[in-house]
Amino acid sequence: MPRTPPGRPMANDVAIRASGLTRRFGDLVAVDRLELRVPRRTIYGFLGPNGSGKSTTIRMLCGLLTPSAGSVEVLGHRIPQEAEQLKHKIGYMTQRFSLYDDLSVRENLAFMSRIYCLPKRSRSARIDAALDTYNLTAQARQFAGTLSGGQKQRLALAAATLHEPEILFLDEPTSAVDPQTRRDFWETLFNLVDAGTTILVSTHYMDEAERCHRLAILDRGRVVADDEPDALMANLGAHVVEVETDAAQALRQRLKNQAVVLSVTQLGRRLRVLVRPRVHDPEALIQSQMRNAGIAGNARLTHASLEDVFVITTRHVDRTPEVAA
Amino acid sequence: MSACFTRLFAIVRKEVQQLRRDRLTFAMIVGIPILQILLFGYAIDTDVRHLRAAVVDQSQTQLSRRLLTDAESTQVVDIVAHADTGEQLQRMLDRGDVDIGILVPHDFERRLAEGTRAAAQLLVNGSDPVLLGSARGLLGMPAPDIRLPPRQDKAVGLFEVRNFYNPERRSAVFVVPGLIGVILTMTLVLFTAVAVVRERERGNLEMLINTPVRGSELMVGKIIPYVVIGLIQVTLILLFGRLLFHVPVNGALHDVYLASVVFIASNLTLGLVISTFSKTQFQAMQMTIFFLLPSILLSGFMFPFDGMPRAAQLLAELLPLTHFVRLIRGVLLRGEALMAMSHELYALLAFVAVALLAATLRFKKRLD
Repeated sequence: MPRTPPGRPMANDVAIRASGLTRRFGDLVAVDRLELRVPRRTIYGFLGPNGSGKSTTIRMLCGLLTPSAGSVEVLGHRIPQEAEQLKHKIGYMTQRFSLYDDLSVRENLAFMSRIYCLPKRSRSARIDAALDTYNLTAQARQFAGTLSGGQKQRLALAAATLHEPEILFLDEPTSAVDPQTRRDFWETLFNLVDAGTTILVSTHYMDEAERCHRLAILDRGRVVADDEPDALMANLGAHVVEVETDAAQALRQRLKNQAVVLSVTQLGRRLRVLVRPRVHDPEALIQSQMRNAGIAGNARLTHASLEDVFVITTRHVDRTPEVAA
Repeated sequence: MSACFTRLFAIVRKEVQQLRRDRLTFAMIVGIPILQILLFGYAIDTDVRHLRAAVVDQSQTQLSRRLLTDAESTQVVDIVAHADTGEQLQRMLDRGDVDIGILVPHDFERRLAEGTRAAAQLLVNGSDPVLLGSARGLLGMPAPDIRLPPRQDKAVGLFEVRNFYNPERRSAVFVVPGLIGVILTMTLVLFTAVAVVRERERGNLEMLINTPVRGSELMVGKIIPYVVIGLIQVTLILLFGRLLFHVPVNGALHDVYLASVVFIASNLTLGLVISTFSKTQFQAMQMTIFFLLPSILLSGFMFPFDGMPRAAQLLAELLPLTHFVRLIRGVLLRGEALMAMSHELYALLAFVAVALLAATLRFKKRLD
């Protein structure tokens, strides 16, 4: 067992700690002074649009990329210096399916069991158990390249967890599967956490993000929010008004130009309007706007969703809010 | 240590499984050697007949006429012209009017009787290995006078061959051993380079470098299956060379394979080095060709090494094929022992060591 060197105590309940983590690619700052503290036995989410630095951060935490600045400690190992000692203890599921298309499901798992040097006697049992857990027994002899998106994803997870890692890194694991498969996938993740695994998962799906124990919202390489999903929603820093109207498009155009309106999102006949907190009665404000424009409808204050948090935190002056939404 | 072998074996096993399913590569493993040896072999068929020949018969005896009839009856030559002097004969050769000149000297009968000097001269346009190879067929002809005792001293033949334009005397037999080296270079460098780059392209590598597998395990595991493939190719070429072109194995067979294993390893490690430089399979292919061309041209396979300028020779010494061509010709044709040419073997081993080190150092378990 690797020990935490003296003078650098690490709380046993923290799996990953990063400080001032920065990565530059030429002029581009992909990850900018990132602070991170991932508690053990939790699912920690990275939520962010494409290019926000999620994958780069995960790669730095695994030791695949060298940080330009900052420090990383994973399970007490300093990364990237001690990355090799860490390899046995982590599992990594890449964004793209990265097992061998021309090997069968079982052959792929057998390959991984040898690469991780699992004891010879237990290899076969371990593989059978994984096939069973991830519902792949029927496909055991099928080439991985011919599997469906959901099956590939289950195989990738089976391969990444075969050696029972302490931390599992999942880089947008569900980007290629349908919602039902996604739900099943998350069931499995919670089972893994119950068994003691720490999971760091990146996503751009709100429903997935909401399932995480804790969430960091990344935007252009920076953490713009970091808390439990409920706390993020409770401390949104904006009023959420939902408007139901037949003239949604016209009203949206009108509200967009109001200084106190942070964002307007259209959802069919409804508009979701985020209003600055300094406005005392946002409902009245919207209703007066509708009266002035001669638009009939009904506005009411509602609870914030994670999407609202995402819109507010990743909002830029140079970017129209609805793009982020 | 055992863990290390488990991972190494895992890579080897996976590579073999993938190879078995890659029909195209599999076809190339067998197809390239066969195709090449047929192309090269038949293009340089030694069994060419009816070459145009000119004759200067200064002896003008019954025996000399007998010699010329015998020569024609081998069907190797057709005597199409007669000349009066050796100079005339050479001019005809220079102009390309004839391919072979036969010069029977005044003292032909005496030479034949003494048996200490060649009795007649064969002048051959040796710039074309086909001609040279064919003309050498005449050397085995028996002397025309059956009353003379059989010539015991094999060093003194009936003919003295004057090989013009090409002192190295190349022929099919001479080319096939080198061809083993060319085919191995052609296929194996590319196979390994592509095998690694393909993993990079398909994203497998990002997964692999996140496992405990070491760079050296990955590199060595990748080349082991191809060593076996290389040996299969060597066997194929030797068999075809023997059956179709009567290429001899004068040296020890284990020397042939030992030299081949070391040469195969040098090609594979070179392939690995190339793989660490290329991002796509196409780049790997281009770099392989970049290496293959000088190998074929400078190694002595195509042009005599001695005829090359000093700079080209120095460059050629850096190429594994140069050393292998010398080794394999020595073993197959001259029947030399491998250890008698150990310096060539060490040169190959040094290449393997440097290339493997370079590949392992360059292969980083990082993405940056």
